[in-house]
Amino acid sequence: MNTQVPLVEMRNIHKRFGGVHAVQGVSIDLMPGEVVGVLGHNGAGKTVLMKSLSGAIPCDEGDILINGQKVDIRRPRDARHQGIETIYQTLALSDNLDAPANLFLGREIMTSYGTLDDGAMENEARKVIQRLNPNFTNIKDPVRNMSGGQRQSVAIARAIYFNAKILIMDEPTAALGPHETAMVAELIKQLKSEGIGIFLISHDLHDVFDLADRVSVIKNGKLVGTQLTSQVTKDEVLGMIILGKNPGQKEAA
Amino acid sequence: MDPQPEKVPKTSVFRRLSSELEIDTRMLAMIGALIIIWVVLTVLTDGIFFTARNLYNLAVQTSVVGIMATGMVLVIVARHIDLSVGSLMGFTGMVIAYLQVHVFTLGAAWNWPLTVVCGLALGALVGLWQGWWVAYRGVPAFVVTLGGLLIFRGGAYLVTDGRTVAPMDKTYQLLGGGINGSIGATWSWIFGGVCILLMIIGTFRNRARRKKYGFQPKARWAELVMLLIGIGLVCGFVMVMNSYYKPRTEIPRGIPIPVLILIGVVVIMTLLAKVTKFGRYVFAIGGNPEAAELSGINVARVTMYIFMVMGILCGIAAVITTARLNAGANSMGTMAELNVIAAAVIGGTSLAGGVGTIAGAILGAVIMQSLESGMVLMGVTSAMRQVVIGLVLVLAVWFDVMYNKNKR
Repeated sequence: MNTQVPLVEMRNIHKRFGGVHAVQGVSIDLMPGEVVGVLGHNGAGKTVLMKSLSGAIPCDEGDILINGQKVDIRRPRDARHQGIETIYQTLALSDNLDAPANLFLGREIMTSYGTLDDGAMENEARKVIQRLNPNFTNIKDPVRNMSGGQRQSVAIARAIYFNAKILIMDEPTAALGPHETAMVAELIKQLKSEGIGIFLISHDLHDVFDLADRVSVIKNGKLVGTQLTSQVTKDEVLGMIILGKNPGQKEAA
Repeated sequence: MDPQPEKVPKTSVFRRLSSELEIDTRMLAMIGALIIIWVVLTVLTDGIFFTARNLYNLAVQTSVVGIMATGMVLVIVARHIDLSVGSLMGFTGMVIAYLQVHVFTLGAAWNWPLTVVCGLALGALVGLWQGWWVAYRGVPAFVVTLGGLLIFRGGAYLVTDGRTVAPMDKTYQLLGGGINGSIGATWSWIFGGVCILLMIIGTFRNRARRKKYGFQPKARWAELVMLLIGIGLVCGFVMVMNSYYKPRTEIPRGIPIPVLILIGVVVIMTLLAKVTKFGRYVFAIGGNPEAAELSGINVARVTMYIFMVMGILCGIAAVITTARLNAGANSMGTMAELNVIAAAVIGGTSLAGGVGTIAGAILGAVIMQSLESGMVLMGVTSAMRQVVIGLVLVLAVWFDVMYNKNKR
């Protein structure tokens, strides 16, 4: 790429769970307006790596730099303060609450009396959700009563509403039908054009290959390599995922 | 985009009514159940059940369990349980009585307010302590509060080595709703009037707010019906309370003070649950604790405060109980935890967490107390009453299970 300061730089990240060394010295970076696919088998360590960035599972060792500044991310709140938003594979929604409550959970709009301003939150939620999914109107229902696509819309709306600079999407289309998958792809392109950096986690190469600028492949907790998608074929990346073989040492960036 | 299939519910009159009026169908069903229970009990007791005297006593008896049940809703919504509430009430009650009679100067004007403050503070501290074990030490609430059940029952005994403490301060006794413990006819009507005024203002403000954001307002007739029902209930309640006289006089008693305390608690707890961050977080934690944590909620701290709120409510219940008994006895609140949990559960609080309302818990408490008092009037033995209440609890939860199944 170029000499620009990366939006995110994770250096030499380690995470152990008891005897399991889930992430072993992985370094990875992300430029503004770039989509980086993080690929690997189930259990390869990609989700754990990303959770150390989102604050859900703080890393044991290693540095995280945002815009070249070292930051300390111990809790989800810390990550949010850095403009990092995450769409978890499980979506992380409270099923008994409605869409606005979920969207603003932890960051509620308050009235001047210090009470929850449900009207304002509903209004804002309607605007942002309408943009994502115009047919989605029953936002006051508990999310448990919503379809998979609607739930996904809520999770995505929550991530983009607060002007995220960095977005982590963990298997964002795993639960979606073809049409909704296309919608997410469209959204990713739009966010990218707004200069937001996106980590796209997936175990399925085909989901990310067309969207990502680069792919980083992780196998058994180690980084196999990072490649520009324009310079490799799907088969080569597949080889990285399955065999852990890095095609020609043409390291990107 | 395939259009989201608009859910077409089988539009029974019942369901349409509940959606237009914006009340939960479950709530409507409970109100229906209560009305049926009242009618049946009135018939079976030759009308004694539905006398001002009985309803007055019913209201006073409901207040203690009702107050604690409002807190139990939050505890259960957050996927915990508190088995210690009865013991904690007994313990704080004993400490209150001991302080008032043996430590502070009896008869001093500052005595009873100070003991009340001490009692509530003690309840809060014990609640914090139990909450700390649950939230920061990871001991399941069932175990912590089972321990608390034993600890504080024993503690209640140890305060005075089992001796009953009596009598309490004269003014303090009023809090228990005895002969003079009500506010009289005039103040009852003033109180009722203020309630009606607040309801009308609330309705209009709600309407204005919906208009501000261009949301569809409630149907005008639905609002009017709700308002009329509310006004009717308030007037009916005040009239009933005013038609029970003090012994050998024609002086109406009016609304009992413990019931006023209950109403105050219900209002505050409903606000806490509905319009504060704390309440929102309690429900979020109950719905999905992991998601709550990932949303940046300090789950441990919220959990600890839930138990603190529960403790304060136990303190309030202890005040009413000691004032009503005009004594502190170490057996106060024995088995109350079961009544409190039953009230919350009958009132629609789901033991799976995430679902429950304060109003429902009060309805649950009223239903339980109605059955209890109705059966007493019918001369049913206490053993038989336990059997019936136990069955009702199982039936109520079964109803809840069926309700949730059908909703899907």
